[in-house]
Amino acid sequence: MSQAANTGIQKRPTPMAPTRKTSLSSRALPRWAPLAFAAVAIALGVGTGAAAGWHSHTQWGLFSALLFVVISYVTTTVVENQRQAKDRLATSIVWVCFLLAVVPLFSLIWTTVSRGAKILDGYFLTHSMAGVPGIEAGGGVYHALIGTLEQVGLATLISAPIGLLTAVYLVEYGKGALAKAVTFFVDVMTGIPSIVAGLFILSIMLMAQLQPSGLMGSLALSILMMPVVVRSTEEMLKLVPNELREASLALGIPKWRTILKVVIPTAIGGITTGVMLAIARIAGETAPIMLLVFGSQLINTNPFQGAQSSLPFYIWEQYKIGSEPSYDRAWAAALVLIAFVMILNLVARGIARWKAPKTGR
Amino acid sequence: MASTTPIDTPPASPVARERARPKTGRAGDKIFLGLSRGSGILLLVIMASIAVFLTYRAALAVSKDEGNFLTTFDWNPAGDPPVFGIAVLLFGTIVSSIIAMAIAVPVAVGIALFISHYAPRKLAAPLAYVVDLLAAVPSIVYGIWGALFLVPYLEGLNLWLDQFFGWTYLFEKTEVGVARSLFTVGILLAIMILPIVTSVSREVFLQVPKMNEEAALALGATRWEVIRLSVLPFGRSGVISASMLGLGRALGETMAVATVLSPSFVISGHLLNPGGGTFAQNIAAKFDEADAFGRDALIASGLVLFILTLLVNGAARLIIARRKEYSGANA
Repeated sequence: MSQAANTGIQKRPTPMAPTRKTSLSSRALPRWAPLAFAAVAIALGVGTGAAAGWHSHTQWGLFSALLFVVISYVTTTVVENQRQAKDRLATSIVWVCFLLAVVPLFSLIWTTVSRGAKILDGYFLTHSMAGVPGIEAGGGVYHALIGTLEQVGLATLISAPIGLLTAVYLVEYGKGALAKAVTFFVDVMTGIPSIVAGLFILSIMLMAQLQPSGLMGSLALSILMMPVVVRSTEEMLKLVPNELREASLALGIPKWRTILKVVIPTAIGGITTGVMLAIARIAGETAPIMLLVFGSQLINTNPFQGAQSSLPFYIWEQYKIGSEPSYDRAWAAALVLIAFVMILNLVARGIARWKAPKTGR
Repeated sequence: MASTTPIDTPPASPVARERARPKTGRAGDKIFLGLSRGSGILLLVIMASIAVFLTYRAALAVSKDEGNFLTTFDWNPAGDPPVFGIAVLLFGTIVSSIIAMAIAVPVAVGIALFISHYAPRKLAAPLAYVVDLLAAVPSIVYGIWGALFLVPYLEGLNLWLDQFFGWTYLFEKTEVGVARSLFTVGILLAIMILPIVTSVSREVFLQVPKMNEEAALALGATRWEVIRLSVLPFGRSGVISASMLGLGRALGETMAVATVLSPSFVISGHLLNPGGGTFAQNIAAKFDEADAFGRDALIASGLVLFILTLLVNGAARLIIARRKEYSGANA
């Protein structure tokens, strides 16, 4: 989805703002004016902050930003006119919005990396929590890593084929009421909260008298994963040019072989990307694991029997213990999880770029 | 492989070929169509069974509830008699989501405009990717970041709001305590739903017919006037459905709320006071100690959450679908 958006951005020529120099009758501020405003605003903001003795540097920043907006608005109104002033005001607000989004992202990543790197080492990655009291230092994340990999792997095995086939149905065969219903409910399914998916499997477990195990967690995760796979695969299949299908059919090849041998191989890069992004999404889900897998301090390599742990559940567990060493472990595990998810994301997007369907010459 | 298709080994007579080719093709096609249609139907069956199973377990619990399921301010299914109700959870879920929307939607529209119309062209794609990265961070990581970093950080803001806006009632802080309040939850949820609202709005803004923008520019409009006259009116319904998708996320968020909020079963209009609860948070917090009946009670509250998100998401999708139909005429 965002890949399409990206290419959309690249292709689009930016609408040129009317260059103010061409208007001969009115005065215009020089191009470096915003920089000058910013410099003045920051100087004043820092000066006031230091003079008034504000402790929080956030306040200094906010005050400077406010000053910047006011200075540029007033100056532009005086030198140019009200319309240009409004334009500048809108520009600064839009910039502020973007910065507002970037600040928490960097704060979050910085906190996780700086606090997580403290105890993240080979020992942490290769040991479980067996025999380690929660409030003391030591132990590691090995059992949780195994749990996450197995649960996510199983969920992928379940939902990737189903998702792929559903997408094929929607793009290649789908017409009429059934296809419409599937499309709509796939969209709605994307919005199911993870805890509701967990409760659904839990209610089945309660009725069938099943014990918690990694498999139960994977079932809930695959409910969350399927609609994402369907959506992204659908987009990719739609990008396959019709000429390819027609050429194959004209050679007398049955439709199912056309799909298997021509359509899917053409789109395989995008499909892989979609599946990997879906994996990245479910790898961080905690709620279903909490309800269905129960968590464990020990290494359990069998996802079909007995409680297991998982990385996000491990973080939650360590956070709840509430001691300094357990916070350290939570941050370290968070760093491992974020690294896992980000690497999946980057690789997925790399594949998307590398194997993008070649439309036309 | 090649033997199933007649290309490599053409049969002797045209009659034989006529018979051979459609046969293999038809059988294969039937199986393949069956499989793919089957998976589509399976998805529908899953959705239906979610509703059926949850309703069944919920009915078991609610029939034994001695309090009123909708209005009771308590959650004690293990008590004698069992009493539980969703009033507080419904209030907390809706209030925290409204706060999240109030913060996230304007900011997200700003970011979407920034990426589609303001950012230097070469930077736009990487910047869009940075915002998408926010969506890749798992919710539990948001949770511990919120609880261990954001909560202490917001103390100052809470004091300031109380001091200057305490008269609004909403921002009056009557209880001392750390900022584990619905307001903090709302801020955290706002950060978490920013990416989805941004990416959907951005895509709508990029679809604005260029004719409209150029026409405005040709009349001498400034960049802001172009946006106000052609981009925003065109993108309005897209922004609405994007916000509803975000709302759906915010309603069902579990871990971030469970780590940040200090829950209590009271309804209070003082947003800065610690306390309150949401559906998902309550399930996460009460699950460990719940017996079989307690789990059914939690499933009952989960059913309400399911219906709530279903309505919000369904409405959002319908708006998007309607949008698609008439934007085709503009293309």
